[in-house]
Amino acid sequence: MCSLALFPPPPPPRDITLYEYNNALVSGHSSEKLPHPIQAQVEDLPTLTIPKEMLKAHSRLEHSTKPAFIHHREILWKRCINAWRDVGVAGVLEELANAEGEEQWNQGLGEQSWTDSAKQLAVRWLKAGSCCTLALCRWVSSLHGSFFPHLSLPSEDMIAEFSQAVDWAGCSIRAFAWHPHTSKFAVALLDDSIRVYNAKSATVPILKHRLQRNVASLAWKPLCASILAVACHSCVLLWHLDPTSLSTRPSSGCAQVLSHPGHCPVTSLAWAPSGGLLLSASPVDTAMLVWDVSTENCVQLQWFGGGGVTFLAWSPDGSKVLAATPSAVFRVWEVQMWTCEKWPTIKGPCRTGCWSPDGSRLLFTVQGESVIYSLSFLEYSGEQQGRVGGSKTASIVADLSETKFDTLYGEERIGGEVHSMVWDPSGERLAAVIRGFSDQRIIIAVFRTRNSPVFELLPCGFVQGEVGAQPQLVAFHPRFKKGAVLTVCWSTGKVSHIPFFFENGPFPSFSSPQSPLLPLGSRCSTREQPLFSEL
Amino acid sequence: MAAAAAAMSPVTREQQLLLRQILGWRAAASIAWSVLLLPVCTAAFISISTIDLFHPIQWITSSFNDLYTSYVIFCLLLMSVVILVISIFNVEFHAVVPSIPCSRLALISKVIHPQQVIHSVVHAVMGMLVAWCAAVMTKGKFLFLSVPCTASESSADDVPYMCLNEYHLFLLLLGAFMGYSYSLRYLVHNMNYLPFPIIQQYKYLRFRRSLPLLAKQSCVESLYMVRNFCAAYYFFGYIPKAWIITTMNLHIDSKLHPLDTVAGLLDLSLLYHSWLCGVILLITWYIAWLLFRIYSTEAHHFPVQPTFTEETDQCLPKILNSNPPPILKFLALQDLMFLSQYSFVRRQEVFSLSQPGGHPHNWTAVSRECLNLLNNLTLKLIAHQEATATNGRLNQPSVGDLRKVPDTPGAAAEEHSFQSPTAGILPRAQMPSLVKSSLLSLKTSPVTDLGSNLGSPFTPSPLSRKAGMLELSSPWHGSVQSPHIMRRGPKLWTSYSDLQWTGSFQESLPTIAVARMSNEAVQPSSVYLWLQSKKEQIKSFLSKRVLIMYFFSKHPEASIQALFSNTQMHIWALEGLSHLVAASFTEDKYGVVQTTLPSVLNTLLTLQEVVDKHFKLPHVSSKPLRTSGNLADTSYKTLRFALRASLKTAIYRITTKFGEHLNAVQVSPEHKKRLQQFLEFKE
Repeated sequence: MCSLALFPPPPPPRDITLYEYNNALVSGHSSEKLPHPIQAQVEDLPTLTIPKEMLKAHSRLEHSTKPAFIHHREILWKRCINAWRDVGVAGVLEELANAEGEEQWNQGLGEQSWTDSAKQLAVRWLKAGSCCTLALCRWVSSLHGSFFPHLSLPSEDMIAEFSQAVDWAGCSIRAFAWHPHTSKFAVALLDDSIRVYNAKSATVPILKHRLQRNVASLAWKPLCASILAVACHSCVLLWHLDPTSLSTRPSSGCAQVLSHPGHCPVTSLAWAPSGGLLLSASPVDTAMLVWDVSTENCVQLQWFGGGGVTFLAWSPDGSKVLAATPSAVFRVWEVQMWTCEKWPTIKGPCRTGCWSPDGSRLLFTVQGESVIYSLSFLEYSGEQQGRVGGSKTASIVADLSETKFDTLYGEERIGGEVHSMVWDPSGERLAAVIRGFSDQRIIIAVFRTRNSPVFELLPCGFVQGEVGAQPQLVAFHPRFKKGAVLTVCWSTGKVSHIPFFFENGPFPSFSSPQSPLLPLGSRCSTREQPLFSEL
Repeated sequence: MAAAAAAMSPVTREQQLLLRQILGWRAAASIAWSVLLLPVCTAAFISISTIDLFHPIQWITSSFNDLYTSYVIFCLLLMSVVILVISIFNVEFHAVVPSIPCSRLALISKVIHPQQVIHSVVHAVMGMLVAWCAAVMTKGKFLFLSVPCTASESSADDVPYMCLNEYHLFLLLLGAFMGYSYSLRYLVHNMNYLPFPIIQQYKYLRFRRSLPLLAKQSCVESLYMVRNFCAAYYFFGYIPKAWIITTMNLHIDSKLHPLDTVAGLLDLSLLYHSWLCGVILLITWYIAWLLFRIYSTEAHHFPVQPTFTEETDQCLPKILNSNPPPILKFLALQDLMFLSQYSFVRRQEVFSLSQPGGHPHNWTAVSRECLNLLNNLTLKLIAHQEATATNGRLNQPSVGDLRKVPDTPGAAAEEHSFQSPTAGILPRAQMPSLVKSSLLSLKTSPVTDLGSNLGSPFTPSPLSRKAGMLELSSPWHGSVQSPHIMRRGPKLWTSYSDLQWTGSFQESLPTIAVARMSNEAVQPSSVYLWLQSKKEQIKSFLSKRVLIMYFFSKHPEASIQALFSNTQMHIWALEGLSHLVAASFTEDKYGVVQTTLPSVLNTLLTLQEVVDKHFKLPHVSSKPLRTSGNLADTSYKTLRFALRASLKTAIYRITTKFGEHLNAVQVSPEHKKRLQQFLEFKE
């Protein structure tokens, strides 16, 4: 098992990690120039800094025109009708329960005819009835909430809780996504705008939309140049960005709105690697939605239990999907017949997960535990319809519990639970954002991995940023020929790229994910072997 | 179904047999399940109709006891028969390609079509039967049509007078009304259309997913129908009442309120029970319909290579290449999509060579059919664009711009069946330049020959060069794009108003050509010109009359929907083809796909160009309409958007897989430019 004790000590405090060469992370001063051949490789990747102060606060907090008009009080039944139109039955009940003004007004009139008193009686009855109904509803929902405590959170806190970003609420960068085929990425910022940076052009489109609030996740459509899916507070927005366009402010007409009642806030999105389908998940909705985005049709994948879906990860070979729930269980769906297998975890909900490039291994972490689990799956060959084919139990492949490093500059304690984790497209490097349980600093640990013939997880080093910068989000560049590029968004608002140079393994990523030509016996024997190399 | 099958010309006996084998079992299973679910619905109906909240135990025991009475069992049998009949109608009327009426007149003509009339009448009768069952199961005052009069004069006589029980009559008529409205809805909402789901799921899960929506919609619809029926009964209720009374020699009970008055209709118990009767009718019928839809759109596994010689007719390449009933073709294409995406073993079978001889028959058959489908779509779209473009020119009586008869009918006729005969008739002189050259090159290169000479399709043949010159000299060169021309003219959206784009396109094209040729023949006579101008005058005169326009005007959205009504087929062909080509990069051991790669690219890029152009036409919305949660699927309305998206994805799938290697493939310079844009992710 790999543990943090095997890692080389973190770089000196004032240094930042620059690149990896000869299996070792090289650090240096931030102003230091990269060696020329290395610089040439990453030159065209845009490095940027978006400090929090630069972002304007929300221009409009209220997204309706209501405050612009003088408040006018209407009669009760009119208000009820309005509430019914705006909110539904719940609105009517609320309106009836708050129907006090009427009464007082009536009482203030002094003497009353019998019609007035009858009316008042009716109003009082209605009021009592709706109060009771509302109380009952609240009680039921609180009961529901006591099973799933996350349901009682306000939606912003819920997004912050389940987002992959370390500090979603406070940091200037909230979400990040590389385009799967080109050197282009999108960042979602604190002021609810999205910027798209392209290595090949200087235009930076800024995307703003009325419904684009509280962005939790971004995803580019694979096999497409221009479609970006944005998980917003109340809907999923699909931006159609013409890659040849020079406009820096695409109109909101370029955005397609996908919304479904009861499916908000959306916290995670996943595109099918073959294009076409988009999955969206919300911690409030027990169903994941499968969208056929071109026609805006959606299919609900209902599976009760768990209280919602917080995180989705589609395996790169397109055969399986990980769906984490807010309770101590997660599911893996197989995408041909859309059946799922359920894995209960012992301690807490599944926090994050990532797939090996051939979709045969899932690494995941659990909230409250400082280990990385691995789950292996049968090789996928399309014949076993409706079977996920996961192994019975997950095995621990890395122990990230707190470790003391004695360095020249003093003692450092590193370790804790993993907040988010990414695996590079060639399956050679794994980066994990480790957050300590107490007030330790957040650090990125990089592992060297190999998936075949035997799964191996070896330590590589820690990635460190500038002084005071905590890692916020990590992502691997999808197409880097000479190894891998890790993009890190720091809490200072900086986006930097750290190249890892290595020779790609003997099994390049574009080789066929299936190898049924292997004799069956050999496959069995690999499964007998230990799932990680003992060190 | 029978009608649809008859429209396609040669359906062999084996295919009929196969269809019966596949669809028959599915229909039987769906009917069996809907009959099995009937007792559940009935039990729910009985318990809800006798609901008594103040005596819950008594209520539950009595409704349990009611379940075993002979009445209820007889009703169950009768309703099973009803379900059987309804299901037979579902099976007979199903269609994978929806028929979309382009104008209101077409819709009316569909309603009074004899087939539809039979459908409506049978459904009305079945509705009456269900309502009778509901009345019998409700018991109480609804049980019999005739009851002994309670009036005082009957007590004096020995033989009591029989009086009409209007409640019973009301329910029966309600049933008939509901049956008829169901049939109308079935027609108007294209409920006979079988939409294929976007993801595969087990049948039970699909059923369970739609069940809440089904129940909700039945309840709401039943409410509306009861309201409508009450209105109808208030005005016309006396007619059937009088008729029944005279034919059955009944009396009217003077002590009871007549029901065709406001006071009579405001009977809460009556309204509640009629609503319940409507709910059980709709729920049972919708369940039968839903189950048939789920069963029939389930994926079917066709073998790629026959294991026994008798099975040759059932294997995928054979079915794709013949002209089977539409549902069979849809299932085959769907299976092709799945195998190309998910199954390594079956892809290997597609790429394999025939055992003696070593020909890639499977791949040739599959690719030929897919390319054929896509090329036909390209031609259809070009023809549609032309029709829209020529719309403005129709006012000018000059016939000179009607293009010449195609100069190479012989060549076209001699070709293999790869290209449909429509290609020879298409107006070439007005084709956009890019599209034309590629289409012509397609025409001159049947896929069967591609294996032997790879380069041939892309060296410009003398034919296409000649056509290109012709086109350049044509006065209408480039005019197609001009928006002014497109916007001019009367507000009929296609110039040939008698032309139905909906149905069989292949048949209609030759008729245009014939019509045009006859026009040309008559052209010199001034009488003809006079007639033409008169015709235009009459047309413009009529088009100003609001009522006529109301019935005849074509809805632009509807005609576009009709144009793309069978596009699901093309989407599957695109996905299957692109997945196979992408997989061939690593899996194709003999290189059978390489020989077809240029023509695949050619076809996809040409189609891409035409589709792009289509979405730039006026009256074409570029975004799908919002669809509300409705039980009747409206996915056929948005198929064109799905086509656009999957076409782009298909090209990207090939370009990302092959990458720079595509530069070695011989394609025309325009297409090369386009490919380069795809390689750089700039589309």
